Amino acid sequence: MCSVDSFFLLMEGFATAMQPIYLLFALGGVLVGTAVGVLPGIGPAMTVALLMPITYSLEPTAAIIVFAGIYYGGMYGGSTTSILLNTPGESSSIVTALEGNKMAKAGRGAAALATAAVGSFVAGTIATVLLSFLAPFVAAFAVQIGPVEYVALMVVAFLTVGALLGSSVLRGLASLGLGLFIALVGFDSLTAQQRYTFGSPFLADGIDVVLVAVALFAVGEALYVASRLRHGPIKVIPVTGGWTSWLRKEDLRRSWKPWLRGTFIGFPVGTIPAGGADVATFLSYATERKLAKGENKKQFGKGAIEGVAGPEAANNAAAAGVLVPLLTLGIPTTATAAMMLVAFQRYQIPVGPQLFESNSALVWALIASLYVGNLMLLVLNLPLVGIWVKILQIPRPYLYAGILVFAVLGAFSVNFTPIDVIILLVVGILGFFMRRFGYPIAPMVVGLILGPIFESQLRRSLAISQGDPMALVQSPVAATIYVVLIVIFALSFLLKRRQRQFEAMVAANADASDVVRGSVAPAEPTTTSTSTPTTDRKDNDR
Amino acid sequence: MSAIVVGYVPNALGEAAVTEAVEEARRRGALLVVINTTRADRLVNPAYADSEDVSKLEGMLSATGVPYSIRHSISEATAAEEVVDTAEELDAELIVIGLRHRTPVGKLIMGSTAQTILLSAPCNVLAVKLP
Repeated sequence: MCSVDSFFLLMEGFATAMQPIYLLFALGGVLVGTAVGVLPGIGPAMTVALLMPITYSLEPTAAIIVFAGIYYGGMYGGSTTSILLNTPGESSSIVTALEGNKMAKAGRGAAALATAAVGSFVAGTIATVLLSFLAPFVAAFAVQIGPVEYVALMVVAFLTVGALLGSSVLRGLASLGLGLFIALVGFDSLTAQQRYTFGSPFLADGIDVVLVAVALFAVGEALYVASRLRHGPIKVIPVTGGWTSWLRKEDLRRSWKPWLRGTFIGFPVGTIPAGGADVATFLSYATERKLAKGENKKQFGKGAIEGVAGPEAANNAAAAGVLVPLLTLGIPTTATAAMMLVAFQRYQIPVGPQLFESNSALVWALIASLYVGNLMLLVLNLPLVGIWVKILQIPRPYLYAGILVFAVLGAFSVNFTPIDVIILLVVGILGFFMRRFGYPIAPMVVGLILGPIFESQLRRSLAISQGDPMALVQSPVAATIYVVLIVIFALSFLLKRRQRQFEAMVAANADASDVVRGSVAPAEPTTTSTSTPTTDRKDNDR
Repeated sequence: MSAIVVGYVPNALGEAAVTEAVEEARRRGALLVVINTTRADRLVNPAYADSEDVSKLEGMLSATGVPYSIRHSISEATAAEEVVDTAEELDAELIVIGLRHRTPVGKLIMGSTAQTILLSAPCNVLAVKLP
């Protein structure tokens, strides 16, 4: 009964999303998303944060559709750079680079791009279908849970995002703690006491989430890039061949199973917060490698198409999976999802279990726009590869100057006070050092966003139990959630360890094969730059 | 020995410029200095030769018998500055560059290497067109 209802609601969502103006917004979103996905260092999270102040004048549906487009577009764009440059645009495309770049070097770049794009489309669409039918059920369950269970879910989100994103548990948790601390600044919502404001009226309202996000993602990243600007350019592997050679029958035959497997690996991994899309791509790659037989198995490490098809499908399916906890529980598990949550909050849309009931038109329009966006991305991505590669030629000073202008304008427009710009710069410098010393940024943003909600739910549950902390684990649902948390942790640590072993093995293999074939690795152009009979000076000290 | 400075990019135009510069060097009995630099401020720079391009260029130059040197490096200066500075340093008698069509907007945004060289060169400039 529920699914029939949601089917009709989905159709209504399509009716909204198919309006020409929303189609245009979706198109804009996916184009911007792909562009930022292509550029390493600039991700969908940064883009959504930068666009937040600008889209504030749009109506909620339009803004959310744009953000969803950016989110999906980023997933597509990342694969392009992975394959053609061996420089993953975002973390979930790292695995794609393993086989994809080898394929490109062997002149099969077009096939790699095509299998990545079609795989992303197939997985994105199937995962969106799963999302459409799973989310209402989860939401129906979610409205019944009380503050105690909600606290349990938040703990899950904090710990998984803090401990599992990034390479070091301690750094992740430190970053999370920093976010939770910044969330405390301002008025206490229950007692109206000022906390950590140093008596300054500017801090009394708290530090705006958008400000911190823009500072960390944009300013921090710009400073980081500026600090290490002088790196030699990378050679793009040209894509050869016309349309017909992109996906041959043979490629299709070898790709469709990895696509489906990747989807069904990626979606659950995205749904349960177990470290984001990276884990899903790695799992899919390991599976494909294990399942490959004979000749195909030998190709792994030398450009096996399965190794591109599977992980690319997995990362898009995980991207859709992430929306399940976001839309049904209001719990973001990735940086981009966190920024979308902020967008909801800015439009005064209550996030959490009530979202599906109170704003069903918006939610279904969003889900419908995901179908539309996926189709657009499939159609756009392959013919526009040339343009995406051109984007990589933009000099970085121009690019980051633009980003900084956007960031400062956005920061100023939050409250129209110059003090916000100062906060932006201070947090930006913090972001630079976090980046420099390998502290992940996503946990901080998630902590900042969920912190206030967590606090009010925690205090509400403690008020109900009259201060007895045992009540937090005594509810059967909450207890189950904590048990599941422990299981997730045990599993993911196991997975992480295997991932590391596996990466070490792959790296060793890759090195060996490069030496054997004597191919020229384009990774470090600086080493080749002075290899010629140069009789003259090399003074570059201008 | 006088010198001829040529700006090289790894494409047909760059090769045309080098070919022309070789002719000039032979005629004038001059040293040929081939320059290819990048500021490394962009992720992908198609104008920067990779080691494969350089070895190809070297093969081509050594076959001509003209004395040459190749300056291939990452530099803070723009390509135009690098070419002009080298010409000044070597007291070159000629600069050879490739000339291609640019849109006004493109020139406004990215600047024109050829125009900068033409205007600030200390010597004559030979602008080679794509055959």
